[in-house]
Amino acid sequence: MSQKIRVVIAKPGLDGHDRGAKVIARALRDAGMEVIYTGLRQTPEQIVSAALQEDADVIGLSILSGAHMHICPRIVELLRERQMTDVLVVVGGIIPDADVPKLNEIGIRGIFQPGTPMQEIVDFITQQARVRVSSERLS
Amino acid sequence: MARDLLYTPKSIESIDYERDLGDPGTFPYTRGIHATGYRGKLWTMRQFAGFGTPEETNERYRRLLAAGGTGLSVAFDLPTLMGRDPDHELSRGEVGKCGVNVTSLADMSALFDEIDLGAVTTSMTINAPAPMLLAMYLVVAEERGTDWRSLSGTIQNDILKEFIAQKEFIYPPRPSMRLVTDVFAFCAEHVPRWNTISVSGYHIREAGATAAQELAFTLRNGIEYVDHAIEAGLDVDTFAPRISFFFNSHSDFFEEIANFRAARRIWARVMRDRFNATNPRSWQLRFHAQTAGVSLTAQQPYNNVVRTAVQALAAALGGTQSLHTNALDEALALPTEAAATLALRTQQIIAHETGIVDVVDPLGGSYFLEKLTKDLEDEAMAYIDRIDRMGGMISAIERGYPQKEIAESAYQFQQAVESKAQVIVGVNEFVSSDREGIGTLYIDETAGDRQLARLEATRRNRDRARVSAALEHLQAAAKVDSNLMLPLIEAVRAHATVGEMCDGLREVWGEYVEDPII
Repeated sequence: MSQKIRVVIAKPGLDGHDRGAKVIARALRDAGMEVIYTGLRQTPEQIVSAALQEDADVIGLSILSGAHMHICPRIVELLRERQMTDVLVVVGGIIPDADVPKLNEIGIRGIFQPGTPMQEIVDFITQQARVRVSSERLS
Repeated sequence: MARDLLYTPKSIESIDYERDLGDPGTFPYTRGIHATGYRGKLWTMRQFAGFGTPEETNERYRRLLAAGGTGLSVAFDLPTLMGRDPDHELSRGEVGKCGVNVTSLADMSALFDEIDLGAVTTSMTINAPAPMLLAMYLVVAEERGTDWRSLSGTIQNDILKEFIAQKEFIYPPRPSMRLVTDVFAFCAEHVPRWNTISVSGYHIREAGATAAQELAFTLRNGIEYVDHAIEAGLDVDTFAPRISFFFNSHSDFFEEIANFRAARRIWARVMRDRFNATNPRSWQLRFHAQTAGVSLTAQQPYNNVVRTAVQALAAALGGTQSLHTNALDEALALPTEAAATLALRTQQIIAHETGIVDVVDPLGGSYFLEKLTKDLEDEAMAYIDRIDRMGGMISAIERGYPQKEIAESAYQFQQAVESKAQVIVGVNEFVSSDREGIGTLYIDETAGDRQLARLEATRRNRDRARVSAALEHLQAAAKVDSNLMLPLIEAVRAHATVGEMCDGLREVWGEYVEDPII
């Protein structure tokens, strides 16, 4: 019944600043989720493959370099190609306010800017990922 | 670090003035490396900047110099930092985004257009491809008839902290160390006023380290570089005076000042007693400081001006040689010109209005500060001893030791923020419901398109045979024990790109892949 939520935490792009990715990976693990951290410099293809292999419920992206408007749409596109649109995608990092509605529009609901409490991210994932699991059971 | 309520003469009984402090300008330089402090020379106001194309950044540099900035500091984009050309798959969406893109000689030349390289000092934050970018700077100087011996500046060239904290590495640790020592040897002979390395604690602290961990890992990295250079056959007093440091100036005001003072004391003793350096300039720890980027908040961004001012004051009271102050909007984006100017003005107000520059080490002798300096020194020395016992920093990195220590501190800090044991104004206390909007700099994709076009033009117009010959010569030199700076300079003259030069060495040495540790 209480199946653990499976989360792939990924650092796409060339950036190596991994403090946020590691802290959130540990916080999600402490909150009872199964966390897989991909490590650095993953292409969107590698990240989506990891999510498929790991049967992930959630992909969490950490992007600080400004490349989010290139990376996020590509991930969403790949998920669609592989019929994985039920995977929840969340992103954290340096995301300017102006890009938030654009990311929402392509289906990224959880966007966490600097200073977001860990608990808020844990709560968001817990609620959103469970909606997916229960709706699957109904259908 | 735990604090007593009150400090008294008893707190510093074990400290001997002559042995542990000394007057400013005398061993062990706890109170500063210059007898005259800032009356002799003010710190250099060096604002780190770079974005988009070389032309856009050049314009920002010329305005910073016109506004009273006294040195340049280049922020490169991620493709440049990682040794990838703009047309590489991994560069997509990253060109010009968090720094300026410099791919070939034409870019470096445009970056310094109408700036006299013999008159400014230039700091370049570049690590894995540091020798390649230094080679480009040298060739630009050569083309303009500026003598290499007159050039002054710094390349960061600190690969160890990349393995530990910032993770912008290319090659495995051992060949990476060879590139560092090749730069030491080449510059000692040909570019004598160049600071060949900036051993950096800044990124270690930003990754989550405590003040004592920043101090310890940075100085232990410094020891590792000196060890390797001596092993490569260099005499310590030929290269040690050109080693500089780079520290974070965070918000715990007295702890920051104490950390800078402890750094000078430890380094002086290490250089004199561990390495038997005899030139006093080898003993003197010179450093650049930057206020703490990680302390900036996206919420209530104007609060960041206050944080930065307090952190900058700590750096000045700690005796920094050079300072960068962060802009208020940097938790959101690269700074706008107005925000960058305000950050510079913050330093100018501290320097010219507060009077703190009139007296050398004005806080020296404070019971609290001296005790804190001693405590940080002791904690750092315990770490340094532990890493010595592991067989040095490369062995410690290979075991993941500093990486784990830093990740643990980062997690503990975050938990303190969650529980409000650590208050952050505007984030977990004194929160406003409506978000203050501020205009931020937006970098679109056009810089990437322009850099791609220039790369194509460079490839079309150069002498292909000369490029191939230069790259083959570079690889041949990498396979034997021959200094790589001259082959790199020849490759730059032939208009080889950063990606081509780095790929040449990737083929010889392979790439480093980190084992991810949570």
